[in-house]
Amino acid sequence: MIVADKKPIEEVIEMVKGYQKILIAGCNECVTVCEAGGKKEVGILASALRMYFTNQGKQVQIDEVTLERQCDREYLEELRNTIDQYDAVLSLACGVGVQFLAETYFRTPVYPGVNTCFMGVTEERGVWSERCQGCGQCILGQTAGICPISRCAKRLLNGPCGGSTKGKCEISKDLDCAWQLIIDRLKELGRLADYEQIAPIKDWSTERAGGPRRVVREDVRQ
Amino acid sequence: MSAKTPSRLEQILDSGQLAVTSECGPPRGSDIGVITKKAEMIRDYVDAINITDNQTSVTRLCSLAACIHLKQMGLEPTLQMVVRDRNRIALQSDILGAAAFDIHNILCLSGDHQTFGDCPQGQNVFDIDSMQLIQTVRHMRDDGKFLGGDDIQRPPRMFVGAAANPFADPFEIRVPRLAKKIAAGAEFIQTQCIYNVDKFELWMKMARERGLHEKVYILAGVTPFKSAGMAKYMKNRVPGMDVPDEVVKRMAGVPKEKQPDEGIAICVETIKRLKECEGVRGFHIMAIEWEEKVPEIVEQAGLYPRPRMGD
Amino acid sequence: MRLRYPDTIRIIRVPCTGKVDVLHILHAFEKGADGVYVVGCLEGECRFENGNLRARRRVEQAKTILDVIGVGGERVKMFNLSSGEGTRFAEYAREMTEKIRELGPNPIKTATKRQAA
Repeated sequence: MIVADKKPIEEVIEMVKGYQKILIAGCNECVTVCEAGGKKEVGILASALRMYFTNQGKQVQIDEVTLERQCDREYLEELRNTIDQYDAVLSLACGVGVQFLAETYFRTPVYPGVNTCFMGVTEERGVWSERCQGCGQCILGQTAGICPISRCAKRLLNGPCGGSTKGKCEISKDLDCAWQLIIDRLKELGRLADYEQIAPIKDWSTERAGGPRRVVREDVRQ
Repeated sequence: MSAKTPSRLEQILDSGQLAVTSECGPPRGSDIGVITKKAEMIRDYVDAINITDNQTSVTRLCSLAACIHLKQMGLEPTLQMVVRDRNRIALQSDILGAAAFDIHNILCLSGDHQTFGDCPQGQNVFDIDSMQLIQTVRHMRDDGKFLGGDDIQRPPRMFVGAAANPFADPFEIRVPRLAKKIAAGAEFIQTQCIYNVDKFELWMKMARERGLHEKVYILAGVTPFKSAGMAKYMKNRVPGMDVPDEVVKRMAGVPKEKQPDEGIAICVETIKRLKECEGVRGFHIMAIEWEEKVPEIVEQAGLYPRPRMGD
Repeated sequence: MRLRYPDTIRIIRVPCTGKVDVLHILHAFEKGADGVYVVGCLEGECRFENGNLRARRRVEQAKTILDVIGVGGERVKMFNLSSGEGTRFAEYAREMTEKIRELGPNPIKTATKRQAA
């Protein structure tokens, strides 16, 4: 899922302090799971901002809504009849949702309430870590199910580098060395001999480097 | 193995003699005098001089420029090239730049992560990795082509090297990794500096079992300790470094003023011991910021004078 | 035990302090409470294992938010005691009330009154 983290309240205040009628819009999917932008977080942020503005002597109306998703037009439609009441929307969806909301409601200023971080997993409640960078050409079959592009700090396809120490990456003791993980798994699967195959130079044109991407499925298009 | 390039380093190794290389770090500015002085100091004591490439991700004068200066002084430079900072276009371009000045040695490296250096907020590249860079240089040299497929006008004639670290984890793939680099096209190897000689000899034994010592020239890396503090630092703070307790104890057991000499003594002993190790074809003496000691080390290790090859 | 404790306290009972959310604490202040304190079992003795530990973390979170928005994190606090410690309950009640008295009324209340005027 997409993992995001709450923006500090001070930063949020800075963004919206000039407005009188603000809608805080949460999302029921990824940001709910990583407890950054779901209904509860919307409630907490709304309450905090209301108190802040009252304390400042400002009259600010802050409303709350949580949409099923903000990356699909049908759910954003829910706001069609009410959005014009607001001077600004503070969206707690991931960067995708914030943008789609902004595109859909062209005249309404939209601000992000979370920092979108990566595609990752829930290791345990409260700890999320990165697993995929969307390179567009998945090689997980060759690397025993562990991605060196998203989990190796140097995205080496023929790792590990000389800095791998006791299974940890040279940049942090808390970061597993992806190549140690790959080697361990290859061993487990009886495929350690595969290690000596040289992975070829990657075609990065399907990744960010090739420009903003689109997937078009003619078989599914209406 | 017969020499394929005009590289003096390759010729010495090919003749069966032990080679000696060293390295210099470029300055954090444009005063080339800093490095030409160091190089001049060690001119007669080494066969080739590596110039590091933004080592530890600290921005310095680029390796290529320093190599060109050294070449113009009549010295034999080894261009160190990391893949952290340049994409495949820039890498190929810089290789041609080096070839334009007839620089004949290149060491292909990954590069330390930029969080260690002076620009931790910068992007990194890693378009291709060090293994693929080895393949690229060989392709440019032997096939005379760019990665994109076009012909290269006056292809580079470079002797291709790679690094090996017998002390990094996991140990079980360190020899397979050496094999991989050889398969990718590495012709010489410079290892991480050796303090745990037993472990290094074990790695060499495992390499010999696979015949790898005959497929690539292995140069054993050594670095003299300046002080017990340096030994402790390298033991605890430098990733991929193996400094046994006895070595630290030995350094600490000597009064401060005598520690530099003790460090040099340990270094020389290591070289002498490894001269007997089958498959070790030379030594890479890394005495960063202490280059003035290289002549002494080379002499005491019985490696002076250096062979004169017909130029 | 019929001990006396200040009558300015409104008690809200929950099956476990683990049920108390940051939102409940914030809403209380939004509605004009001058202080909020959360009283849970002794650490290590929570009936539901670690509900009181979760509560403590949420109280800390609420503190941070209250500081940022200018209400003051000192107005919220967590206490731990066992259900048999009636005396201590009264003590904590007095302690909290004293502290809140010193801090004065919730600035939100004053600000709201000013706005209404």
